[in-house]
Amino acid sequence: MASKAQTAATDKAVQTLTNEEILRYSRHLIMPEVGMDGQLKLKNAKVLLIGTGGLGAPLGLYLAAAGVGRLGLVDFDVVDFTNLQRQVTFGTSDVGKPKSEAARARLSNLNPDINVEAFERRLTTENALELFADFDVIVDGTDNFPTRYLVNDACILLGKPNVYGSIFRFEGQVTVFGTPGGPCYRCLYPEPPPPGLVPSCAEGGVLGVLPGIVGSIQAMETIKLLLGSGESLAGRLLLFDALPMKFREFNLRKNPDCPICGNQRTIHKLIDYNEFCGARGEEAPTPDLRVPEIAAREFKARLDRGDDLLILDVREPHEYQICNLQGHLIPLGELPRRLHELDSSREIVAHCRSGKRSAEAVDFLRKAGFRKILNLKGGILAWSDEVDPSVPKY
Amino acid sequence: MSVRVIIPTPLRAYAGKRESAEFQVKTVGEALMRLTREFDDLRKHLFTEEGNLRSFVNVYVNGEDIRYLSKENTPTKDGDTISIIPSIAGGSGCGSDV
Repeated sequence: MASKAQTAATDKAVQTLTNEEILRYSRHLIMPEVGMDGQLKLKNAKVLLIGTGGLGAPLGLYLAAAGVGRLGLVDFDVVDFTNLQRQVTFGTSDVGKPKSEAARARLSNLNPDINVEAFERRLTTENALELFADFDVIVDGTDNFPTRYLVNDACILLGKPNVYGSIFRFEGQVTVFGTPGGPCYRCLYPEPPPPGLVPSCAEGGVLGVLPGIVGSIQAMETIKLLLGSGESLAGRLLLFDALPMKFREFNLRKNPDCPICGNQRTIHKLIDYNEFCGARGEEAPTPDLRVPEIAAREFKARLDRGDDLLILDVREPHEYQICNLQGHLIPLGELPRRLHELDSSREIVAHCRSGKRSAEAVDFLRKAGFRKILNLKGGILAWSDEVDPSVPKY
Repeated sequence: MSVRVIIPTPLRAYAGKRESAEFQVKTVGEALMRLTREFDDLRKHLFTEEGNLRSFVNVYVNGEDIRYLSKENTPTKDGDTISIIPSIAGGSGCGSDV
């Protein structure tokens, strides 16, 4: 049901703007740096957004507002209540809907003159090259290492620029990979961190507005690429540190030995990225740690019976403030130093938010000689689900 | 005056929440050694067991990647800034999975 303008954008280069478009984009057109020529470049451009979350939100909104003629949105996920803190394309009524579709609806409402297509799927080695082929610029707004390497490699193999942005708590990185003669993601980071070595998720979380800023910078860089104006971030890594409000810049060089874009290329097709990112995991803890555990209901039953159980909470102090089982708080990172606080003759039940950190704690304590220790399966989340719904989930 | 090492957000938890540290050193390698000596927990995040800088951590002196200078032998002088930039991936769903 594409309009005339939309069909034209996908078939061949459009040479004109309608009167309505001229009025909509008047603030672009009156700038000599954009003008009719620039706006037509945007109208004829095709940009694919990988990820419609924290970064994808400002990206989609600003590229749609700017009049990019064709936008593709790739996301397999559904809108979650906890997304609303930062993923500003979505409203409360979108919770439960597929993200790509909810974003498509929002962007089409913002700008009905452009073609917005939702690709509700996970980006994989099998579909990436075909998906990217139709687009001019790819924008990486994903949230995991395997996909970032996949996006990079597919862009390099196809010769398409990759506008990269990433965030962590208060910090963000932006650059443009894959321009002719420019570096790629592997030039910057030949390998990802092994799964167990990134800071624990207790250190995670993000200030909602941070991806808003970083994603907006990505949108700006995308528009500059399409217009061919300004100085691209290609070859520079822009680092944004929100708390001191500092921007810093680093030179990014093309690595002559890069296996995918260097002088002696060894990578000529997409690989198994989960393996690539997981294969470094010799030092990582096993993903599903097998430790003795206790289910929430059984734990409650034993407490009601009056069993003498020491509750060990390995979360962070700010989590304890949200909700707690009145356990003895020793954050996981401090456990080795504070072992002496635990009486190994007592039976201990360790818990965290969902059971992963506490599994590591139980594993560590067993190796330290503790024999009577159990992991609360599913953590305080399971306690809320199965025992006491008045305990908030977070 | 001395050399300032900026500690990136993902690693501040292992450096007593410090954002930066200052040392009187002559090379990047010396600065990193002093840093990991002061903050023992940082070491495994920056270095492999063999003592090599991890490949997902980049180190810059005043904006230039030390891989293209003299790596850990890159000389430093008073007023220089060493930046440690680890790979981060957050974007769509910076959610905890624990």
